[in-house]
Amino acid sequence: MDYGTLRGLVALLILALFIIIVVWSYSKNRASSFDDVALSIFEEDKAAAINKQRYLDKDSKQETNNNV
Amino acid sequence: MTISNTSAVDYNFDVVRQFTVMTVIWGIVGTLVGVLIAAQLIWPALNFDTPWLTYSRLRPLHTNAVIFAFGTSALFATSYYVVQRTCQARLFGGKLAAFTFWGWQAVIVAAVISLPLGYTSTKEYAELEWPIDILITIVWVSYAIVFFGTLIKRKTSHIYVANWFFGAFIIVIAVLHIGNSMVIPISAMKSYSIYSGAIDAMMQWWYGHNAVGFLLTAGFLGMMYYFVPKQADRPVYSYRLSIVHFWALISLYIWAGPHHLHYTALPDWVQTVGMTMSIVLFLPSWGGMINGIMTLSGAWHKLRHDPILRFLIVSLSFYGMSTFEGPMMAIKSVNALSHYTDWTVGHVHSGALGWVAMISIGAMYHLIPVLFNQGRMYSIRLINIHFWIHTAGVVLYIVAMWISGVMQGLMWRAVNTDGTLTYSFVESLTASYPFYFIRFIGGVLIVAGFILMAYNMFKTMGAKDNTLKAVEET
Repeated sequence: MDYGTLRGLVALLILALFIIIVVWSYSKNRASSFDDVALSIFEEDKAAAINKQRYLDKDSKQETNNNV
Repeated sequence: MTISNTSAVDYNFDVVRQFTVMTVIWGIVGTLVGVLIAAQLIWPALNFDTPWLTYSRLRPLHTNAVIFAFGTSALFATSYYVVQRTCQARLFGGKLAAFTFWGWQAVIVAAVISLPLGYTSTKEYAELEWPIDILITIVWVSYAIVFFGTLIKRKTSHIYVANWFFGAFIIVIAVLHIGNSMVIPISAMKSYSIYSGAIDAMMQWWYGHNAVGFLLTAGFLGMMYYFVPKQADRPVYSYRLSIVHFWALISLYIWAGPHHLHYTALPDWVQTVGMTMSIVLFLPSWGGMINGIMTLSGAWHKLRHDPILRFLIVSLSFYGMSTFEGPMMAIKSVNALSHYTDWTVGHVHSGALGWVAMISIGAMYHLIPVLFNQGRMYSIRLINIHFWIHTAGVVLYIVAMWISGVMQGLMWRAVNTDGTLTYSFVESLTASYPFYFIRFIGGVLIVAGFILMAYNMFKTMGAKDNTLKAVEET
């Protein structure tokens, strides 16, 4: 196989890989897990906010303002 | 200020704080050198007849300071922060992370000393001589170990998309730096590239354009995918699009370099490949931009109250604008007009000051209160003023360079009926003077904005813990 043919095949292979990635990421059964991942960056803050709220509820009636 | 964490994980925020503070400091230094050389183009006497202050030596200092000191410090800070928060794991490597900070600052100091002294490899954006190049390689490999080590010890099952972009940026920059910096040293501060002729040119712009593609784009897209959703308090518009965006962007960018070498000794077919790939690159670029901006869909009112979000979203508008302009300028017939003119300079700065600087500034304003235990920055009003003077500065800068650049291109190609040139080079230079002055004013505004930011940052750091309360949205 000459170099030109090889390059052509590699190009086709990469195109096929790309199409597989698109189909995979847009497949229906991936939707909910991707939604979870997109929301994952907020999880830790919510946990922290709940803890802080509990702590403050116990401690005093002070007004809170947490959005970190 | 005392340092504590509300979270269960004991994050290493020391190194993030160090890089965050240095980002702002280098932002001032880098843009100040830029303003000085912009002034030299109007008033050449400003080099004071000193070799160390000549344009030719300070220009690489400016580009190195803004790209590798300001921009890369911002990337270190945000990547170390984001990888820890999204993996819910402490930074891997312990002292190695601290070494990346001190090592990187040493690289910058070496650049600040060696470039004005005239030591240069003459490769654009890779001017530093071989001993400094070796130090860069050591620091960068340590960076990769710290970053990927943290990914490996993560407690989450999925690797959040921001980390994919940061990871690609770290790997590709290592490959580019080592590939392009291959030299034969002949003395302590002098070396010659192992490449020659057209191959040298192609290696150089393979490096040069992918420094744009992976450091100034992929790295900052990582920043975008974390800080835009966080600041807007809603998840990214489409996580699926972000996956396609990632693979499309990294597989296309690497081919675009030859568009810097249109109509040169580079083989014609290579130029055409570079042009084609650059045009296709428009698609992932805009995919990413739309993904970022549409994150705000349904919550546009937040832009009215939140100047930090405004920095982040306007940066994406500039990103969209420059990634439309870039593919257009890569078309050979357009390039015939634009190349070697101020249009290129304008294009670069709409990307650098509009996209890179604004997304970094927005991310820093988000990060500083979190890192120093406050609910918000010392002054929201100052952030707002910073936003407007920065935006005004960028617009003045790029509009001036567009007009100057197109005018230069048209004057250089104008011919009389007998085939002789209509204008001499000096005539085009004289015609550019008013625009150089407008550019200078734009630069002064940018520096002023950075100084305000530094003031705001130190006030936030100096305030007692949790005394700055977050403002409730109305």
